[in-house]
Amino acid sequence: MRAFRIAAWLLVASTHAWAQPPATDTPLAERRSGYEQMKRETRAMQDDDTSNPATFWVLEGESAWKRKTGAANRACSECHGDAAVSMKGVAARYPAHDAKSGRVINLEQRINACRIERQQAKPLAYESRELLALTTYVARQSRGLPIAVAPDQKTRPHLDAGRATYHRKIGQIDLSCAQCHDQHAGRHLAGNPIPQAHPTGYPIYRLEWQGVGSLQRRLRNCMSGLRAEPYEYGSQELVDLEYYLMWRARGMQVETPAVRP
Amino acid sequence: MSKRRSRREFLSAAAVLAAAATLPAGVRAQATKDLRGTEQDMRVAINHFTGSRPLAKGKVNLEVPPLVDNGNTVAISVTVESPMTEADHVRSIRIFSERNPEPIIMGFRLGPRAGRASVATRVRLADTQTLVAVAEMSDGTYWFGSAPTVVTIASCLEEI
Amino acid sequence: MSNALVTVPKTAKKGEIIEIRTLVSHNMETGYRRTERGVPIPRDIVRTFSCTYNGVEIFSAELRPAISANPYISFYTVATETGMIAFHWKGDNGFSVSSSAHITVT
Repeated sequence: MRAFRIAAWLLVASTHAWAQPPATDTPLAERRSGYEQMKRETRAMQDDDTSNPATFWVLEGESAWKRKTGAANRACSECHGDAAVSMKGVAARYPAHDAKSGRVINLEQRINACRIERQQAKPLAYESRELLALTTYVARQSRGLPIAVAPDQKTRPHLDAGRATYHRKIGQIDLSCAQCHDQHAGRHLAGNPIPQAHPTGYPIYRLEWQGVGSLQRRLRNCMSGLRAEPYEYGSQELVDLEYYLMWRARGMQVETPAVRP
Repeated sequence: MSKRRSRREFLSAAAVLAAAATLPAGVRAQATKDLRGTEQDMRVAINHFTGSRPLAKGKVNLEVPPLVDNGNTVAISVTVESPMTEADHVRSIRIFSERNPEPIIMGFRLGPRAGRASVATRVRLADTQTLVAVAEMSDGTYWFGSAPTVVTIASCLEEI
Repeated sequence: MSNALVTVPKTAKKGEIIEIRTLVSHNMETGYRRTERGVPIPRDIVRTFSCTYNGVEIFSAELRPAISANPYISFYTVATETGMIAFHWKGDNGFSVSSSAHITVT
């Protein structure tokens, strides 16, 4: 009888969501952008470029794109020309594999790598106004395009690491990303709707920050919210998680720069 | 009965004193001030605007989301019924808060050239509260409208 | 530069009521925040906004710390004549930003 009870419990436990990470993710038709859960007024902020404060960052990014910098005294535009042409589709497939370092890197790291190698300039600090401006400007050129992060044999380990992080319970609150954003998306946490958490519009203008910030900043906020020590900016853990999240959102439209609560 | 109660009071007072004694000096000296305003502060500010003249409810439509997405950036709008002619128009509008650290949120000056007495902006709201918008008309009368809103703290903030 | 964004229709009929939307880049530091060490961060906000139409003031606003960062103000005006609609923001620490837009009224 006792053996039967143990077996029954094991059966229930193994089918419970937290027993192992699910092998499948949300089908494309069921993926929802956080945009849909926002109030009409907040959506209006995003819909109109002249009402979206993130436009200031886009304009500053455009200026930075054309500005000569570094010991090489070279502007982004000198190699890349018109960003609307050369950068179209780039943000939609980042994070991506970087041959030089052999790792998956995000867009911010790609921009800094260019600064160091091609402009002989110092890398811009994470969350600095100028790096956010450049990243927002570059990502803006992919607006409306479907997210197209495509893992291959080289990048598979990064995707798996990101997926593992997504399903790992962390912090004093002891919850995983999946528990809120897969299991309870659409419900509410302390008055705020829980999104599916697809990073379709980064860098975003977050109403809470009253400014533009990166996906990594938002992820670190989530970790603080769970009373966990956030991973450092630029850490491989965060980049791999970004990679997994973008893959999980593949096929959804880029909204950069989005407005979010 | 009174002996036990006074003993309990004595013990609890002693406990408080003991706890206070272990706090660092700076913290003990400082009281945590609640910066939020009160309805009374708002009434004083409104009376200052109207010169304590009669205030009628109506004509002023204040739109605030009943539940905000985020208290740091709340889109609000005020529309006042008025023909906006030289003879009959809105001179100014002031928006008041009962819970923010300061009772006045913003003031606008209009006039017949506005065509429509309608303004929109984005504000910070400290807490769940009722906002009040007061319009001063060209004939010297004052009208008001109000709207309640629920403000919650965002999930997932950063460490300070 | 790129520190103010204004939306004004390029053309309008005489007497038409047009909507004007404005955004200015500013942190709007309230004066109520403190650093990690508890040191108060001084107030630094935009104080006034004014709009003139061919030199005549048609709208103005007084801003307080309760206005969110990157202040957004939208309002209406009657399209009376062709000309310049000018905007000016003034604030603490010498903050001064101007912008303008041309409108053709037929």
